[in-house]
Amino acid sequence: MGELLKTIDWSPLYLSLKTGIVATVLTFFLGIGAARQIMKLNNTAKAIADGILTLPLVLPPTVAGFFLLLIFSLRRPFGRYLLENFDIKLVQTWPGCVMAAFVIAFPLMYRNARAAFEQVDVTMIQAGRTLGLSERKIFWKIVVPIAAPGLASGTVLSFARAIGEYGATTMLAGNILGKTRTVSVAIATEVTAGNWDTAGFWVLVIVLLSFFIVASMNIIAGKNMNNGSGWA
Amino acid sequence: MLNAKIVKKFHGFNLDVEFETDGGCMGILGASGCGKSMTLKCVAGIEKPDSGRIVHNGKVLFDSEKGINLPARERHVGYLFQNYALFPTMTVEDNLKISLTGKDKEKQIQISEQIGRFQLQGLEKRYPSQLSGGQQQRVALARMLLCKPEMILLDEPFTALDGFLKDTLQLEMLELLKDFNGDVLFVSHSRDEIYRFCDRMILLSNGESVVEGLTKDIFRKPLKVEAARLTGCKNISPIERISEYELYALDWNIKLKTAEPIGDSTQYIGIRGHNLIPVNNPEEENTMKISLAGSAHTTFQQQYLVQNASKLSSSKIWWIREKKEYEAKEMETIPLYLKFPKEDLLLLS
Repeated sequence: MGELLKTIDWSPLYLSLKTGIVATVLTFFLGIGAARQIMKLNNTAKAIADGILTLPLVLPPTVAGFFLLLIFSLRRPFGRYLLENFDIKLVQTWPGCVMAAFVIAFPLMYRNARAAFEQVDVTMIQAGRTLGLSERKIFWKIVVPIAAPGLASGTVLSFARAIGEYGATTMLAGNILGKTRTVSVAIATEVTAGNWDTAGFWVLVIVLLSFFIVASMNIIAGKNMNNGSGWA
Repeated sequence: MLNAKIVKKFHGFNLDVEFETDGGCMGILGASGCGKSMTLKCVAGIEKPDSGRIVHNGKVLFDSEKGINLPARERHVGYLFQNYALFPTMTVEDNLKISLTGKDKEKQIQISEQIGRFQLQGLEKRYPSQLSGGQQQRVALARMLLCKPEMILLDEPFTALDGFLKDTLQLEMLELLKDFNGDVLFVSHSRDEIYRFCDRMILLSNGESVVEGLTKDIFRKPLKVEAARLTGCKNISPIERISEYELYALDWNIKLKTAEPIGDSTQYIGIRGHNLIPVNNPEEENTMKISLAGSAHTTFQQQYLVQNASKLSSSKIWWIREKKEYEAKEMETIPLYLKFPKEDLLLLS
């Protein structure tokens, strides 16, 4: 084990964390924004929009990866447009890792945010309006704090899902050491190459990290969501 | 001055009300689900009527024909919610502060003034869940009045409180509202509250206004069956007119003389339970021989259900006696006859 620690290339862990953090920040704001916009729709539009936004959660990640390639491949119009006009390239690059992780983690944030917002007593919002507050202030000062426990768990779940992303990542971003090889991709690669020690090490890292995330979420939730009912 | 005509369709019935206030407190009385709260919400601008027009002190708040629908935050209407709607993640102080604009120092001065006025000292740092029902109501009132509303809407303000607190808080609120010069709309299903707070009232039943007028007049002379019921008259019977001052109460099987002339529109007769008088002489006017069908003892009242003894298929009649007039023993004895004093008979259409 000591030998392994000396020779190991830490870049996958670093890439995983970096990808996870950036993707989570994106899902946080876009997930909340989407949840808020969707709540304004009528029921039919809501069902359709909700279905589309939730798809990445239920589809195999490789299907998401396929669609991402379909959009961002440099041989496709939109991918070429991004490269020529903004110098943005997602295929085989680190931004591709972020995009893949974002798409897969997004539904978790969006759904948790929406559920949390829907739990907020509508009279809170109505009270805010009669008190002369702007919709923006009502949202950020009243609704978001009330929904905070749900938003927090959505954020943690998104982060956990983002750092574990494999399927869509390999398809869009590939497997380039030091560039796009995250921990989950590294595990598959090491196993294929027969390096069971290295693969086992990364497995240990990801198990500990995930456990830490879920345990901390439970602690936060336990603090904020104690409703005193004592229902066990 | 508030002038409102509100039409809105919702959950299986139509709200269609029209009313006018001229300052002071106007009550809206009705059973649960008759559209009272919806009316208030339409005035406040947190629900949108299908059609109608709402004008307050010359300012058009809503007009479906002209396409005007002022957002709630521009209507300057204070709304006291049934559950008070305090923001649970904010302390008392922050709840008061949220609607204020300006410098922090000025805000602080306004808040401490308001805290003194509403006797909230020592509660500034508490969260709503750490307050009693009465304290929550005071915070909600304080918060609402800080916005300097031009009109106040009270939505069942005492329903969430226990009986003991209610009376004290009602007096407190009367005191606080005295300083307020604008219109007040007070929604309640409790006739006692409406009677206590409101000079004028409107009665709602199934989304429509039944009567409108001075509270005392409506309680004295409800004129309509629904109004009689909502103001607490339990005994109502359809009638057959015999002559100008005499009728036959069909459900009670009794001929009654009236003090007022019976018009063509009069279809029913009513009498409040506490207006019936026990008598010993069957020859007296409007007297019925009774038999007891049931009784209940509440804290300060004896309630009896009696029937016309000569015809036991007739409808039951509530007769209510205040307890203090009688010793407990005497309460057990039931008189043979009850008199329907003609000046207390309510002619209803």
